[in-house]
Amino acid sequence: MQFIQNRKYSFIFSTILIILGLISIFVQGFKLGIDFEGGSLLRFKMDAAVSSAEVRSTIEEFKFIDQASIQKSGNEFLIRTRELNQEQTEQINKAFAAKFKNVEYLSAESVGATMGSELTRNAVLSVLIAMLLMLVYISFRFEWTFGVAAVVALFHNVLIVLGIFSIFQWELDGAFIAAILTIVGYSINDTIVIFDRIRENLRLKTRDDLTTLLNKSIMQTMNRSVNTVLTVLFPLVTLYLFGGSTIKIFVLTMLIGFVVGAYSSIFIASPLYYDIKQRA
Amino acid sequence: MQKNFSVAVILAIIVALGALTYFAYHPILKNLNLGLDLRGGLHVVLEAQEKEGQKISADTINKAVGILRNRVDKLGVSEPLIYPQGERRVVVELAGIDDPEEAVNIIKNTAQLEFWDESGKVLVTGKHLKEAQARASGEGQGFEVAIDFDREGAKLFADATTANVNKPLMIVIDGKVISAPTVSGPITDGSARITGNFTAKEAENLAVLLRSGALPVSFKILEKRTVGPTLGSDSLSKSVKAGIAGLIAILIFMLGYYRLPGFIADISIVLYSILVLGTMTLFGAVLTLPGIAAFVLSIGMAVDANIIIYERIKEELRWGKTLKAAIEAGFNRAFWTIFDANLTTLIAAFVLLYFGSGPIKGFAVTLSIGIIASMLVVLTFTRYLLVLSADLSKNHKLYGV
Repeated sequence: MQFIQNRKYSFIFSTILIILGLISIFVQGFKLGIDFEGGSLLRFKMDAAVSSAEVRSTIEEFKFIDQASIQKSGNEFLIRTRELNQEQTEQINKAFAAKFKNVEYLSAESVGATMGSELTRNAVLSVLIAMLLMLVYISFRFEWTFGVAAVVALFHNVLIVLGIFSIFQWELDGAFIAAILTIVGYSINDTIVIFDRIRENLRLKTRDDLTTLLNKSIMQTMNRSVNTVLTVLFPLVTLYLFGGSTIKIFVLTMLIGFVVGAYSSIFIASPLYYDIKQRA
Repeated sequence: MQKNFSVAVILAIIVALGALTYFAYHPILKNLNLGLDLRGGLHVVLEAQEKEGQKISADTINKAVGILRNRVDKLGVSEPLIYPQGERRVVVELAGIDDPEEAVNIIKNTAQLEFWDESGKVLVTGKHLKEAQARASGEGQGFEVAIDFDREGAKLFADATTANVNKPLMIVIDGKVISAPTVSGPITDGSARITGNFTAKEAENLAVLLRSGALPVSFKILEKRTVGPTLGSDSLSKSVKAGIAGLIAILIFMLGYYRLPGFIADISIVLYSILVLGTMTLFGAVLTLPGIAAFVLSIGMAVDANIIIYERIKEELRWGKTLKAAIEAGFNRAFWTIFDANLTTLIAAFVLLYFGSGPIKGFAVTLSIGIIASMLVVLTFTRYLLVLSADLSKNHKLYGV
């Protein structure tokens, strides 16, 4: 297979994906969960006969509620409001218990806006530091050209996943950060194995030119690349299909991320290494 | 001879591992600390609020942690996590409690008890409290809290009541007047009661707060998450089943694709899973939802390590090497690949462990343990089994070639 010769197509494909994502990020931004934006999220189980409108009219009787979004799925109700304090949460609990049947409180979360910005800062900062240290390690064990290619491919993966979240307006919550971290971890592991083979073939000093050598290295590790991504996808697919409802989006993020990670290791990272190497 | 020996060792290992799985399964499942996102509970981040002329030091925060621990212990929570974060924050995590909302009330109050005279002057404070008990109110309605002062407090209270006969004495908690009974005469025995039409529960909670003492500073809730037991356990049992199904799919795939080494990989993965979950249980690490993601990733990496080795062995076999030589060479060549790939990810995990908080930390803990366990298992146990397996059959088809 001519991965290197055809890199134009994968670069174009990725660029389109990233640009679409960036446009969406700039135009409509992200749907931020309370973990990032602050606010309260209450989850109740109630008689399925209760309508969202009834729930809305009940909570809007409280003066402290100015804006609330209510989602109903089956007999579960998800209520998102601005940050409520403890007394206010309790008042809502009581009002529901008095008015509706079979009310069961599932969860209540309140996050101050400062916590949200801290979480974002912490996550971004630690991922950047981690990337920097990985760059140093790869440069030390391989060569700086490999390090740059691997880290750029990582950025590419994260950007694509962020873009998809913006395009589909899926909600970003605390678990999203964990999913992104998992994607970073998987992608780097996946890429290093291919780079390792390239390094090995470079040491063999065959008469192959760099293009052939890279294509060969990718093909030699292809079985492994495919099998590895398949095996990690198994638990994710079963978790997505049968796991608890609260982790669906979380698992979906990882599913997308792992596929993107496997794609970029082959079609982005190695060709990028080629381009960087040619220019270095 | 050699073949019989290898068969015996492999069988012994399988039996031992089966026994280990059987006996470790329940203790691990029972003792593994699950985060509140998985089994319900409470997570609160409190921030100390500086008042004028009050400086918040590490000592203040440590004192507050001690008092909060006292309060929480009285709730009967099995393994509370209460720890300072940064310079002015305290994190409280209580997993597996039935009424997390109730627990918030115990935690957030400063519980500063004061007795005021009519002009609002503070006469006695809760600092001098010796004991506090909830009991049914003497008037036959509601509940009250009976308190006993220490020696100094008894004297102050005696002075206060003497000076205010036939005048109201206000009982104030956290700046809020709870009740203002009229003093009928001096009380010199150091006992008093806090009335205020409490329910049994309210009185009991107040007594707990007063007994544990007031927090040295008032706190604001920055973040609060309470998960009822239903949501936690519901999503947990579903996810555990789904996770196990995924794991079994991996085992079947490995067996089908890689045959004999696939079987060895399966044995290794089972050992690996027990090792990771067992280590987490021993260290008292908390498994959270992000932790599960890390576990999935680390299983993926452990399987990946096996795949890298087997693909190498297959290559070596195609080059015409004997089985033993191919296994030896395949392993040696795969070693540095696995080492570099795992170490790069481990670097990231350590950074997250050091800098991260909340969900990031939970992820990093599990991933770090997972990667180290994976390298240990693959580079020793799997290797040993593979070498043994070479004695079983010389048929390369068993290795997928």
